[in-house]
Amino acid sequence: MTRFMHIVRRDLYLALRQGMDSAMVVMFFVLAVVLFPFGVGPEANILARIASGVIWVAALLASMLSLERLFQTDFEDGSLELLSLAPMTLEVIVLAKVTTHWLTTGLPLIAAAPLLAVLMNMNIDGFGTLILALAIGTPTLSLLGSVGAALILGSRRGGVLLSLLILPLYIPLLIFGVSAVDSAISGFAVRPQLMIMGGFLVATLPLCPWAASAALRQALE
Amino acid sequence: MFDRFANPARFMRFSKIVLPWLAGITIICIAVGLYLGLFTAPADYQQGESVRIMYVHVPSAWMALFCYTNMAIAAGIGLIWKHPLADLAAKSSAPAGACFTFLALLTGSLWGKPMWGAWWVWDARLTSMLVLFFLYLGYIALNNAFDDPTRGSKASSVLVLVGFVNVPIIKFSVDWWNTLHQPASVFKAAGPAVDTSMLIPLMLMAVGFTTYFLWIVMLRMRGEIIGGKIRAIRLRQVHG
Repeated sequence: MTRFMHIVRRDLYLALRQGMDSAMVVMFFVLAVVLFPFGVGPEANILARIASGVIWVAALLASMLSLERLFQTDFEDGSLELLSLAPMTLEVIVLAKVTTHWLTTGLPLIAAAPLLAVLMNMNIDGFGTLILALAIGTPTLSLLGSVGAALILGSRRGGVLLSLLILPLYIPLLIFGVSAVDSAISGFAVRPQLMIMGGFLVATLPLCPWAASAALRQALE
Repeated sequence: MFDRFANPARFMRFSKIVLPWLAGITIICIAVGLYLGLFTAPADYQQGESVRIMYVHVPSAWMALFCYTNMAIAAGIGLIWKHPLADLAAKSSAPAGACFTFLALLTGSLWGKPMWGAWWVWDARLTSMLVLFFLYLGYIALNNAFDDPTRGSKASSVLVLVGFVNVPIIKFSVDWWNTLHQPASVFKAAGPAVDTSMLIPLMLMAVGFTTYFLWIVMLRMRGEIIGGKIRAIRLRQVHG
């Protein structure tokens, strides 16, 4: 556990010192959402209708944006190899990396989401559910993303490839995330959707680090 | 059992004998199946003549799932036992699977326009099938993305196994959700709910598609093995 915390702290330091990564992610998130009123026109009811979907899709894309660097920099400068020699399983390292990824991208996204919901004229009833759904969903995004990020290590055209691998796997989460917010707005129960998303999180929490570390082992061979 | 087929030379001998048989069965089954399906089988009382699209649509959708399951098994064997032929089998199945998935989506779309009034609806089965198509494309892209082919096949094997969660979702999507797409009517506990005159061409097409798939995969595997030998010979010439 202390080793886990060490890696998290190291990666957080790196993320904060190396600069603007997480600020860039939030900027991308905001810009991507802000494009929509220009694209579909500024009518308030249309924007309110598509708000939850647009915010979720932008969150998916934003969280994917920084995934490429999850293992890439450590892989290139060799520290991933050293980390893999440390006296702990690779799964714990992956989990630590995922935690950092969530702290530096997922958390800022959740913080920015209410602002965007206001910009998109979303119904006030959906705000709480949106934040809750993002809070359950974004860790799952980071977990699923870690598998893709590990698979593309050392490949050509990593970034584009990553989106092709990961976005299809994001679709179920998107469906239930949007549907939770929409049912909150129309006054239906949101518990089932949130429970299913919680189920996704609980399922990906052990399985994704396992698959990602299998991919990492091959990259380090 | 795997050890027996692990030998590429034995595989080459075995496949040389089997290939013409597979080709023959494929041609006969698809020819007879198409004739029965397109000319002999009755038109549906509700769907009219457009029910005949089913004879291509349903077998290709089955094959799309069958190919992926096949790839997942091959990828698992390749990862666990480091079986060189299993990696090749997974790699060779992917384009065929992608084509079957595309064919299922395309014929479904052609059928959907007169029946549902739309080329495409976002129901659970169609959407999960589309995801399957993207998984195939992702597999092919990842397999080709590395300079070292063994690394590519390892990485894409992990991807196939991760993506396998989609297969039961597709299979049971019509039972779990109240979809526009029809629920299963052939493989049911109470026996098929399809008339024999329609079931026979359907089954012939399914057998034909399966042997076609095996034929193509074996052909591609042979091509890969021979390609590998040619590369080795060229390298030897360069170094020697």
